[in-house]
Amino acid sequence: MKYELDARRLFCPMPVIRTQDRVASLTEGDLLEVTCTDPGVKNDIPAWCRINGHEVVSIEESRGEIVVTVKVGKG
Amino acid sequence: MTQQRKAVALISGGLDSLLAAKVMLEQGIHVEGINFYTGFCVEGHTHAIRKKDKAKPKRNNALWSAERLGIKLHIIDIVEEYKDVLINPKHGYGANMNPCLDCKVFMVKKALQWAEENDFDFIITGEVVGQRPMSQRAETMPIVANESGAEDRLLRPLCAQNLPLTLPEREGWVDRDKLYDFSGRGRKPQMALAAEFGFEDYASPAGGCCFLTDESYSKKLVDLWESRGNREYEMDDIMLLKVGRHIRPNERMKLIVSREEGENNFMNGYKKIYTHLFASSHPGPLALLDGDPTEEDLQLAAQIVARYGKGRTADEVTVEAHTIDGEVQELKVAPLNPHEILESWMV
Repeated sequence: MKYELDARRLFCPMPVIRTQDRVASLTEGDLLEVTCTDPGVKNDIPAWCRINGHEVVSIEESRGEIVVTVKVGKG
Repeated sequence: MTQQRKAVALISGGLDSLLAAKVMLEQGIHVEGINFYTGFCVEGHTHAIRKKDKAKPKRNNALWSAERLGIKLHIIDIVEEYKDVLINPKHGYGANMNPCLDCKVFMVKKALQWAEENDFDFIITGEVVGQRPMSQRAETMPIVANESGAEDRLLRPLCAQNLPLTLPEREGWVDRDKLYDFSGRGRKPQMALAAEFGFEDYASPAGGCCFLTDESYSKKLVDLWESRGNREYEMDDIMLLKVGRHIRPNERMKLIVSREEGENNFMNGYKKIYTHLFASSHPGPLALLDGDPTEEDLQLAAQIVARYGKGRTADEVTVEAHTIDGEVQELKVAPLNPHEILESWMV
């Protein structure tokens, strides 16, 4: 399943916290598209994924918005 | 087979918590990290708003620590709950508006709650006896253990040999002889241990991870509270205290004037919440206005904004004032001279 999360206008680490809390309710293999405006997420969400067993599938930037797609792992 | 014991480590992103967690991992303990976000945390990204700080690494140090340790990290939003800690600290403030002892008690209490919910056996912190003037003294360390409710389930691996036995030591889950006896403000033992573990490029030793320990920030916070007549605050308030020149010419208004492009960009996100001003005839900073200005005040605000722009030496600068309702007022003003901006206005 694919889900979306709006983390725009939030500053790190809030987008990471929102991602963490949303991922907790998803199951392995689900995709979560997180839309952000703080460029810090380009480092922080991948770091959070690496240490918590999830995967960043893509990071796309357009018009000041960054969309980070996370594939939920075993956690 | 011996049951593997589990510890939750308070990870601030500084060196001490990194080392404390590593010491536990070396003893075969399963460690997971917990990091609390109060809203006052000094993050690489808020540093990086300003161009002069661009060279600093844009990383979350707690995540970086966890990755170096190979442990999970749980970041907990405590912004709302933290208000009571800051507004009503039982043990008072430190040199500035830092309620360090209450803060530590609160965080250990939250960690204990998390540990119980997640079936963890004990809590570790990177505290060192005598390291900090308020929260890490021989007299105050038992207060943290007692008032948090953690009692002997709170282990400080870096200075445990200076403290009474804790549950994990007594039960033999950890070997006390392999814990440490660090004390005082010196950093050499920690740096030597970091070298032993192969840690490099760690965050600046001795923390400095909270804006509330900063004198300038604390003054702005107190000014905010005094001007509003109460000590309430929202996330936007405390974020904006981190940027710009804060100028309060009178009790009715405060201007936040950006100092450079990075702050301009950051403050752009607040234009829908605050009246904002900028010079339209000359390049210059964005300013946010907090308060309830009269027409005269708005003129003065425009003169201040003009003073910080490229038109500062011009006879006349046109400044636009946009209210949150979308009303636009065009003000033609003479920029203030530097000496007309009184020292007492600067927050």
